[in-house]
Amino acid sequence: MPTDRPPTAPMPLLQVTQLRIRLHTHRGAADAVRGIDFTLHRGETLGLVGESGCGKSLTALALMGLLPEAAQASGSILLDGQELVGLDDAALCRLRGNRIGMVFQEPMTALNPVHRIGDQVAEPLRLHRGLGRTAARREALALLERVGIADAARRLDDYPHQFSGGQRQRITIAMALACGPDLLIADEPTTALDVTVQQQILQLIGDLVAERGMALILISHDLGVIAQNADRMLVMYGGSVVESGPTEAVFSAMAHPYTRGLFAARPQLVPRRAGERPRLSTIAGTVPELAHLPAGCPFAGRCGFTVAACHSTTPPPVPLAAGGAGHLARCIRLDAVAAAQEASA
Amino acid sequence: MNQSAATSTPPAPAPTAGWLRRALRHRSFVAGAVLVLLLLAAAALSLVWTPWSPYDMDLPAKLQPPSSQHWLGTDAFGRDVVSLLLVGARNSLLVGVIAVGIGMGLGVALGLLAAARRGWVEEAIMRLADFTFAFPAILSAIMMTAVFGAGTINSIIAIGIFNIPTFARVTRASANAVGSRDFILAARACGKGSVRITLEHVLPNIASVLIVQATVQFAIAILAEAALSYLGLGTQPPQPSWGRMLSDAQTLMFQAPLLAVWPGVAIALAVLGLNLLGDGLRDLLDPRLTRQR
Repeated sequence: MPTDRPPTAPMPLLQVTQLRIRLHTHRGAADAVRGIDFTLHRGETLGLVGESGCGKSLTALALMGLLPEAAQASGSILLDGQELVGLDDAALCRLRGNRIGMVFQEPMTALNPVHRIGDQVAEPLRLHRGLGRTAARREALALLERVGIADAARRLDDYPHQFSGGQRQRITIAMALACGPDLLIADEPTTALDVTVQQQILQLIGDLVAERGMALILISHDLGVIAQNADRMLVMYGGSVVESGPTEAVFSAMAHPYTRGLFAARPQLVPRRAGERPRLSTIAGTVPELAHLPAGCPFAGRCGFTVAACHSTTPPPVPLAAGGAGHLARCIRLDAVAAAQEASA
Repeated sequence: MNQSAATSTPPAPAPTAGWLRRALRHRSFVAGAVLVLLLLAAAALSLVWTPWSPYDMDLPAKLQPPSSQHWLGTDAFGRDVVSLLLVGARNSLLVGVIAVGIGMGLGVALGLLAAARRGWVEEAIMRLADFTFAFPAILSAIMMTAVFGAGTINSIIAIGIFNIPTFARVTRASANAVGSRDFILAARACGKGSVRITLEHVLPNIASVLIVQATVQFAIAILAEAALSYLGLGTQPPQPSWGRMLSDAQTLMFQAPLLAVWPGVAIALAVLGLNLLGDGLRDLLDPRLTRQR
């Protein structure tokens, strides 16, 4: 996806500052997202990567104003200068589906089984654009054709169960795009799909983002998906952004031990060194429980480079010179990590 | 919208034809539908024609066995049993429809409110439902008819009120199950408000459950009315009712045992028919089962 940011774009489409999400659980309050910052311009794709429970999806829901009742967001989310944190529900309803669209992980369950797909795609148009039945239906047909539903005119009146997973994801994309939103949030849009279909869906999302000049937040646990599609990326761990920067810069010089671990943990068929059997490497330990996250670096408990200081203070974001502009990592042991990397290479 | 679809795509088969074909292949649905249609036909017929008047007593011809004159015989007052059964069907239907209507109207609304609002509203509604539920329905209906007087209307209202918590519970439980599904989140992500989500996304998804529940409650209402009439608290003489007929026949168990059989069979068939119909509808209304059948 090319980034052709207009030269005079002073205000980003989305500006998130110190976003925190606190969950009130049976076992007490837990900070699921602890102060993340990012900006996003029109036409740009931001990748959000991290393992389950790191706060990716909650961040997305916070942007939509759809956090569960037990969760509370604080900080600031500015969409085109409008503050979304603390906005009342009626105003959020006007934004959702209109200026912000969302594609969900499970296309099998994201469509209502009792409504015809034509009506479901037409729904946001009738809601936000005030289109009549016929006009909305015509528009829905055009959208379904655009997202690649074969013979869309005949299938408008079919029910979701009559479509395959990939087709359903295309339909949810058509729904999300119906009102031409400025921001599209895709939360693991291809996780539930076959590998071959994954590529097509990502391609479709990429094309539509470029075609309409939207901004895209692509959430995935799959580094490959992020590498191929995102302009910039955030690596999240334990509710914090541990590394961020332009995708190329991050992949060419992964700095944070967690990012490296995540990269090393991708399945491989070919051995990394000649003569070795290919083994799936993992990151030792498990994600710490959010309610009892220790002080200091959230990754300290699983990191091979941990020193005493890691446990005492939350590391500040450190700019990395090598990777290029905007590449930051929250780690106080970057030198040691880099040295170890060189030694093993 | 169906019209526009029909004009733009003529070759597509009408969806109702497929539904009907599936329905006819579903045995318990067909059996239930036939029995319920019989009940409806009997009630409708009683409005225009009965072999004898159900109110005319003919004491010399009392307790007659079935004959060509009186197909199912006569009761202790010489009234024609067939005529009594036909008019009694009307009574049972009336009770069922109104009692289920009251229970469903209020119960579903309360259940949806509880599921949509959550928090203390849900607690309040559900605890109230538990409270009502804790009393056996018949006992409460007896209490109510004892206070407000015996009669068809009062017994219908009493039965209706005790349908409310049943519907409220079923509605809330199904609505909560539907509410946690992704398409509700997706609907919210489209910018829909909670009222429209409840009415347009939650309600249609639990409609099949509610329809099945309605058939069950309908059957229970017929039984309850029969029980109340049997106890002398429901329909008052000379208005015929199946429960009343059973209670009258009880004292004559040894002289004319058949008199107890006819209303008993009528009640059993009506209840059976409604339950079978409910079973069939549950299967047929589920769009996901469409292809398997």
